[in-house]
Amino acid sequence: MKFVNEFRDPLLAQQLVEQIRSLVSKRWTLMDICGGQTHSLLRYGIEDALSDYVELIHGPGCPVCVTPSKAIDDAQQLSILPGVILASFGDMLRVPGSRESLLSARARGGRVKFVYSPLDAVQFAKNNPDAQVVFFAVGFETTAPATALAVLQAKRLQLTNFSLLVSHVRVLPAMEALMLSPKHSIEGFLAAGHVCTITGYKSYDAFADRFRVPVVVTGFEPLDLLRGILEALRQLENGHPNVINCYSRSARREGNLVAQEMLSQVYEVVDCDWRGFGIIESGGLRLRDEFADFDAKLRFGLSNESKRNAPELCLSAEVMSGQIKPPQCPFFGKQCTPDSPLGAPMVSSEGACSAYMRYRSYVVSIECAS
Amino acid sequence: MNPINNLLNEAKTLYLTCPSESTAKDVVLLAQGEGGRLMRKFIHERIVPILGTSTIEDAVRIPNGAGELAITTDSYVVSPLFFPGGDMGSLAVNGTVNDLAVAGAEALCITLGLIIEEGLPFEILDRILQSVAKAARECGVAVVAGDTKVVPRGAADKLFINTTGVGRFRSQTHLSCQSIQEGDILLVSGPIGQHGVAVLAARENLRLTPEPQSDCAALHHACAALLDALGGDLRAMRDATRGGVSAVLHEWSEASHSSMKLDESKIPVSPEVRGVCELLGLDPLYVANEGTFVAAVAPASVDLAIEVLQSHRVSGSAKAIGCVLRRQSSPVVIERMLGVLQPVDEPSGSPLPRIC
Repeated sequence: MKFVNEFRDPLLAQQLVEQIRSLVSKRWTLMDICGGQTHSLLRYGIEDALSDYVELIHGPGCPVCVTPSKAIDDAQQLSILPGVILASFGDMLRVPGSRESLLSARARGGRVKFVYSPLDAVQFAKNNPDAQVVFFAVGFETTAPATALAVLQAKRLQLTNFSLLVSHVRVLPAMEALMLSPKHSIEGFLAAGHVCTITGYKSYDAFADRFRVPVVVTGFEPLDLLRGILEALRQLENGHPNVINCYSRSARREGNLVAQEMLSQVYEVVDCDWRGFGIIESGGLRLRDEFADFDAKLRFGLSNESKRNAPELCLSAEVMSGQIKPPQCPFFGKQCTPDSPLGAPMVSSEGACSAYMRYRSYVVSIECAS
Repeated sequence: MNPINNLLNEAKTLYLTCPSESTAKDVVLLAQGEGGRLMRKFIHERIVPILGTSTIEDAVRIPNGAGELAITTDSYVVSPLFFPGGDMGSLAVNGTVNDLAVAGAEALCITLGLIIEEGLPFEILDRILQSVAKAARECGVAVVAGDTKVVPRGAADKLFINTTGVGRFRSQTHLSCQSIQEGDILLVSGPIGQHGVAVLAARENLRLTPEPQSDCAALHHACAALLDALGGDLRAMRDATRGGVSAVLHEWSEASHSSMKLDESKIPVSPEVRGVCELLGLDPLYVANEGTFVAAVAPASVDLAIEVLQSHRVSGSAKAIGCVLRRQSSPVVIERMLGVLQPVDEPSGSPLPRIC
């Protein structure tokens, strides 16, 4: 398959692994930012192949995982309001809120519809004028332009039965928060290639200067990841941390200007509650006042207060800040499993715990008899 | 006291009241009917005890003086009713014929139970029934009994079908996943994930080119030929419906107390299924099939098995995809690039597409 097979070539992968092994003088610590990268690193055995040469830790790049339980509670509440249909990406449905997941709410009669695109939710609202359709707008800068487009489309169609429950988050402020934490051990970043495709990577220059860390814009296929790791390690060995793009087939320095313009037209930057992290300065997006008509919180009178949740057992903050790896969590695979999760990282398809559960949960050391 | 201990203590006090489980205790979840672990638990811990049955095979032998009969039942609730490569009518016949076929039985007759939502246009019902008749003719199976219910609008989604099939075992060879042994080779009869992806694309109107086609087909000729050619060297067959190939192998691993090893590079997946799975973050191993089966065969008969299967259209691209190992800590493992072996998790509910 074009653009897939080329980046999964086992021979080239093995060559890159050898290059990395012969390059390093010490075991460096790199953080990948995106949950998609975490899954690929484990799925293709890259973390294992390089374990003696580089410590790969996994950052807060799973949008589902950082969505506060208050947002899921709001979504759950909306789904059981008469006349309301909550539309969501499939990923969100299994994530536990403080009461229950959206799947559970649906089984109890909540109206939850999963869609592939926010524009599908707009179309659904257009076709069902008697229903109030709320789209659960979750995700980083990768998905936010699509939800912005949905709002613009709904406005153009003069829909009065479409709104957004916004819980969008921004990557760079979270990376800054991680570096400002005294506990971190991060020496370099594999920046999320798809976020950079939208935002560009100009803004990482100041970040790399300030914290003296390499930032390598990295894709998601095995060869992308190996190239990104090689580049970050090369910079660390040379002592010249910099911003480099190793995902040039998708990301440009300026990013996608059309998407950026749409984002700033519809959203403004706000401080934001991250699940497991607390408030991150400039860490999220909210609808601008001109689009207040499309704000589900206003339309349905949901409070903006971020109430203090009961303490969560889930160690997602420690996992997503790279302080511990999922198997080091005392609940991993015991009280917390995909069927009965304590937190989102165990059930989201981009969650770090789900990656370890799926690809590493058992010790595998067997030879085929054939 | 370190923070982990603090948390463990907190856990002891909080865990009992923790409200955040995603599995409800008092209502049936959709996920419990979607294949995989939740459904298996649901069947084994709730339904089977109530029914008092103990079998886990696709069909059971009924003692009978004149020979042994097989009986199986399945319900069909697919949405949409029509999808590229099939419809609910052909599915309802082929699915039940296949459940008999993979158990080593030849279908003799099926019953047909219809649950229809009021307001279903005759035109749609006619098309589905015609499809039932055509598929039954092609399989040489008689539809011998029927039942029709109409329920109020909203109580069913257009149409549900149940078929029960009765068949006759072809030989004394007792196919059972319990007879799978270390060293056996795992075969798959064709490209995997076609049905699940075709239905998903049709349901969600994904407008893909080329449009993925369901593999919906009757497997009885291919299964019978394989059984006749291999005899006791054919250990087990199973059509890989909901939960996909992964769900079958997990069941086999449990029943045979062995582990199943797959080689990713050998598993046939069509470009369109692979494309959809890449796009949506799904794994074809977990996606449903309706005309593709997995077989475990003795190593000495692998070449013969592949030759026999490839001579039938429905299994023309049959391949060996793995082998059976002594039981390890992981029930199912897969060898991926860089030669790394990884566990294949049991599906938990239907796969949900990712955000980005």
